[in-house]
This record gives sequence, C-alpha cells and structure tokens, in this order.
Amino acid sequence: MDSALFNFCLWMGDSSLILGHRLSEWTGHGPILEEDIAMTNIGLDLVGQATSWLTLAGEIEGAGRSEDDLAYLRDLKAFKNALLVEQLNGDFGTTMMRQYLFDVYQMHLMKELSDSKDERLAAIASKSLKEIKYHIRHSSAWIKRLGDGTAESHDRVQNALNALWMFTDDLFESVNGDQELIDSGIIPNLSEIKKSWEKDVMELFKEATLEIPEKVFMMKGSRNGIHTEHLGFLLAEMQFLPRAYPDAKW
Amino acid sequence: MVTDASPSEFSEREIWNYLSEVHDPEVPVLTVIDLGIVRKVQIINDSLKVVITPTYSGCPAMNTIEEDIIAKLKEKGVSNFTVETVLAPAWTTEWMSDEGKTKLKEFGIAPPQSGSKGSGRPEACPNCGSKETKLKSEFGSTACKALYICLECKEPFDYFKCH
Repeated sequence: MDSALFNFCLWMGDSSLILGHRLSEWTGHGPILEEDIAMTNIGLDLVGQATSWLTLAGEIEGAGRSEDDLAYLRDLKAFKNALLVEQLNGDFGTTMMRQYLFDVYQMHLMKELSDSKDERLAAIASKSLKEIKYHIRHSSAWIKRLGDGTAESHDRVQNALNALWMFTDDLFESVNGDQELIDSGIIPNLSEIKKSWEKDVMELFKEATLEIPEKVFMMKGSRNGIHTEHLGFLLAEMQFLPRAYPDAKW
Repeated sequence: MVTDASPSEFSEREIWNYLSEVHDPEVPVLTVIDLGIVRKVQIINDSLKVVITPTYSGCPAMNTIEEDIIAKLKEKGVSNFTVETVLAPAWTTEWMSDEGKTKLKEFGIAPPQSGSKGSGRPEACPNCGSKETKLKSEFGSTACKALYICLECKEPFDYFKCH
C-alpha cells in the first residue's frame, strides 16, 4: 500500500510542479502586466502544492529523499505528471486552455481528497482547494471571453482545445495499486472525477461557443513514465542548477 | 546579556509576546500574530513547541518567517524549542486580528472583508476612503493580495483577499 500511495503522491506533486514551472516561463512575457503577475502567482501556488505532495511522498517512501531530491534528481521516466501539463505554453489562449482543463480536474480531485481517510492527504487537498478556486475563476473567465470574443480569439482557443484534448483521458488513468487505495477511502474513484469534470467543461465550452473535437486519438501513459517530447527539455532547464551545483544554497 | 534558559522558565504568554515582535517579511506592517499564522505555543516540561501554518501553499515568506521566529526566541534567551509547520486546518483571513486589519489599512492595503458581514471586496479605497472601487486583477503583488483601482482618486491599491 505504501508504494501505491507513494506513486499517487508523486502523481499529484509532479503535475503541480511541472505546470507551475510552465507558468513560471511566462515571467516577464505576459501579454499585460496583470496577467504576467496572475500566471506567476498561480505558478507559485502550484509549486507550493508540489512541495507539500513531494515532501509527503518522500516521507512515505522512507528512503530519506527530500522534496528537492524528488524534484531535481529524478530522470524523465520517473516523472508521473499528466501529459497535459508538460505541453508547451504556446500563445496565451493555449496556456489558458491548458490551465482551465487542469483547474477543473484539480478542483474535483482535491474536493474529494479533502475527505480522504488519510489525514495527510486531506490536509494538502483542503489547503490547495482554496487556492484552486481562484485559479478556476481566472481561467474560466478567460476561456469564456476568448471563445466568445473575436473571430481571432475564438480560433486561437478552439485550436488550443483541438490540440490539447488528446491529453485529457490521461488525467484520469488508473494504475496498479489504485484500487486498494480507493477501497480504503484514501483516494477517490477517478472515473467519478472524470464525470464531474466532463460535465463542467462541456457546460463552459457551450457558453464559450467552443466545440470538443471528435475522433481524437487519446494519448495516455504518464503514470507509467511515458511522456511527450516536451518534458525532457523542461527538466533540462529546471534541473540544471541543482545538478551542476549540487547542494547549492543561497 | 541574556543567558539561555529552558522553556520551563517562561510562560506561554511571554512566548506569545515575543512572537508578536516577529514581522511578516512581505507585509512588514503585520506581525505573525496579527496574521494568525501562529497556531499554537505549547510548553511541556522542558521543551517549547511553536506551531505555524502557511497563508498560501507557495508563500515564499514561510522559510524566512520560521528563521525569524527561531532568531527571536534565541534573542530572548529561549533554548530547547522546535518550530513545526502544519497545513490543517487551512489558514483563513478570519484569523487575522482586528489590530492587524487596522494596521493594514493605515499602511495603504485594504483589509479583508470576510465573515458573515463581509462583502468579500474592499470596503473602501485606503487612500481616499471612496467606496467606488473596481477589481483590476485577482492576483496582486503577493499571493494574498488582489489589485483594485479607486474610481474616485484613480489610484490602484492592494486588497488583502479573503481566503
């Protein structure tokens, strides 16, 4: 059970970490100052949540690895983050679409995890949930505004949705060991989370005059360490400093 | 010259008073007590435990706050203590003291309007007092603040978000 729980915590922590890093790439590049600050604020929340999850993962594993060890000293195949979050920032519309799809998912997941029988998971989830509520207000407002905006903004977010939809099934993938955690009331059933997620996103896309693409090949496998080409480049940048200068402090 | 003394020589009240000298590094007008992030001070036999909680998961001030608490207690001559960080129950602006809210306002940051009577938005512009204000961005200069604009004096100002 500990190894299943370790994997679950890595999954949660890695998705937050990688998306937080992606958002940090917007620092100084936002379309307007307020959005530059918003995206980096959200990124900061996510990196904070990742710290909590990875610290807990390290404790569960019991091998003495800290949250920094897990973030900086693992290689690509050991990362469990969802494929969606490692996708490139693209234009602002793409970043908002990626964010919205993830925010709704994370909100439903953390809502359920707040009632986990494992108090440690419940504590991180309840804390995160308060932050996610701001994130979702922000990303959903932008999806509505861009989708139902000008022809140009509509096309851009529609293209983003077309490109990102193939990574959404991966968000709800189960792996060996999950069932035991579900049966013990530690984690929620992911297919239930998927239903709530689908309901919300379909409602918003309707309002935003966006269409979910049909007949899309769904790529999965992140929880088994299978990733798209983008993650390697991200890790190279994110991990460079602690690998080049081990134990660097400032 | 202060000589180190074991926690049993201090009262919990004294420790709380010492901690009220530790300021938040990002909003220096507030102390850690005003913010409500010190959750517990406990002296058991010969050891002291101070429990703190972060405002936001990614609050970059948390490490500094912990270091500042350690430095303050050492300065006061306290030894044999630990500072522990907990996540649950999650921090809320409900825990901010009234004194803290007054200090924020005087500092130019609109205090949170939370609770049953709170509107969730700034009561008035901290610069000119006008009630005509508009949200500019939900995300301000730190995770805990939003950016508003006063429609009267046209000045932008920070609002400490309800959380």
